[in-house]
Amino acid sequence: MSLKRIGVLALQGDFREHIASVQACGHEAFALNRSSELSGIDGLILPGGESTTIAKLAKSFDLFSPIQSAIAAGLPVYGSCAGMILLASEIEGAAIGQETFGGISMRVRRNAFGRQVDSFESDIEFKGISNPPIRGLFIRAPWVESVGEGVDVLATVATDGVEHAVAVRQGSLLATSFHPEITSDTRVHRYFIEEILSKG
Amino acid sequence: MSEATGKVTGSGRVKRGMAEMLKGGVIMDVVNVEQAKIAEEAGAVAVMALERVPADIRAQGGVSRMSDPDMIAAIQAAVSIPVMAKARIGHFVEAQVLESLGVDYIDESEVLTPADYENHIDKWNFTVPFVCGATNLGEALRRINEGAAMIRSKGEAGTGDVSNATTHIRTLLREIRRLSSMREDEIYVAAKEMSAPYELVKEVAETGKLPVVLFTAGGIATPADAAMMMQLGADGVFVGSGIFKSGNPAQRAAACVKATTYFNDAKIIADVSRGLGEAMVGINVADIPVPHRLAERGW
Repeated sequence: MSLKRIGVLALQGDFREHIASVQACGHEAFALNRSSELSGIDGLILPGGESTTIAKLAKSFDLFSPIQSAIAAGLPVYGSCAGMILLASEIEGAAIGQETFGGISMRVRRNAFGRQVDSFESDIEFKGISNPPIRGLFIRAPWVESVGEGVDVLATVATDGVEHAVAVRQGSLLATSFHPEITSDTRVHRYFIEEILSKG
Repeated sequence: MSEATGKVTGSGRVKRGMAEMLKGGVIMDVVNVEQAKIAEEAGAVAVMALERVPADIRAQGGVSRMSDPDMIAAIQAAVSIPVMAKARIGHFVEAQVLESLGVDYIDESEVLTPADYENHIDKWNFTVPFVCGATNLGEALRRINEGAAMIRSKGEAGTGDVSNATTHIRTLLREIRRLSSMREDEIYVAAKEMSAPYELVKEVAETGKLPVVLFTAGGIATPADAAMMMQLGADGVFVGSGIFKSGNPAQRAAACVKATTYFNDAKIIADVSRGLGEAMVGINVADIPVPHRLAERGW
């Protein structure tokens, strides 16, 4: 497989960990925080962090519309946690005036599992990634409330007996509620690069 | 009903991971709902809910304690970003109360009057994560040994004088660099000298960094202050009195957020620093008698 070049949106959050995960997969990654850097990348990662902060900074520094356009034009994007929120077409529990890049036809609930005391780690089965299960770290995590047409649910977590979608894919867009980047498991990044970026 | 397998709350990775998500951000002190909303609107990654900002604690004196639960709950209801709150050093019941309120992080803080002059809180007993202050690496590792999931260098809170913040972040990072250059057989004495557990000292020597996220606090009042802390190697900044004791809090708050993101870009820092109005007046740390310096609290 050819070497892929992936930008990690570096406005706030754990972008360094995503860069390290991509590099551990043998591909190139860099901290992206100017719109000019969007040209020539094979994929974009939206990291974990505060979705409100990241969206505001993207607006202030003229990254918001360029990222939206790039997504519309088919750029492969992977978002974890805050990144999932930013890829959602609709948010439940949004801060006033909170906007998203959109791209995945889904309704996402912010802080769905509760506050930090409810944050947890758990084994999850991820469609397309074989055993052993992925150890998902859910930190003030969102879940996917409902999905539109063309969205594949790749993983769910049960809370109070109800299954909630925590990993979804629509075309070349991938989103997870959890944070593989702060574990040493690179299989989700590898899935993004090998199943989405390379097969596009 | 199949609950997720191996589901664990309050694990070390979940607690430390929460701080990872705050990196590159600004955490702002707020004393009411209105300020919390201004902070969120400005792009703060979290707010610290407290009754008096350090500058007022310093001016008014008296014993300073955990905030009123009603005030914390009102702020939690008003914003969607994480809400942190302070407990006194060693006051594990204040921490239990804050945990029951569902705050997202507890700051065991020298800004409040200590409740115990020997012991800090045993932070392993809690599901909620803790951030603690430190002036040097030994102090940071002692706090991590007690369960702290995030460290902030102390600086001198409530002054608007950034000099101690500079000293403390420089000291912490210099001591880490020094450990990295040591022979393995020198780590034992290093651990003894900094009164820190050998295992943690060894881990820092091997990885070249703290095992938890490191923010800077205490006296940061301008976008340039925030950017300087980031250039020195902080993962993010706490701005306390600096924002709401200034002429135009909303604009200054947003400017500090932008300068923290683009900390290496002097042109952006210049742009956001224009027309900010009056900064907090401040006090020089040198004019504060040593017994009244907050950074001296904690050990």
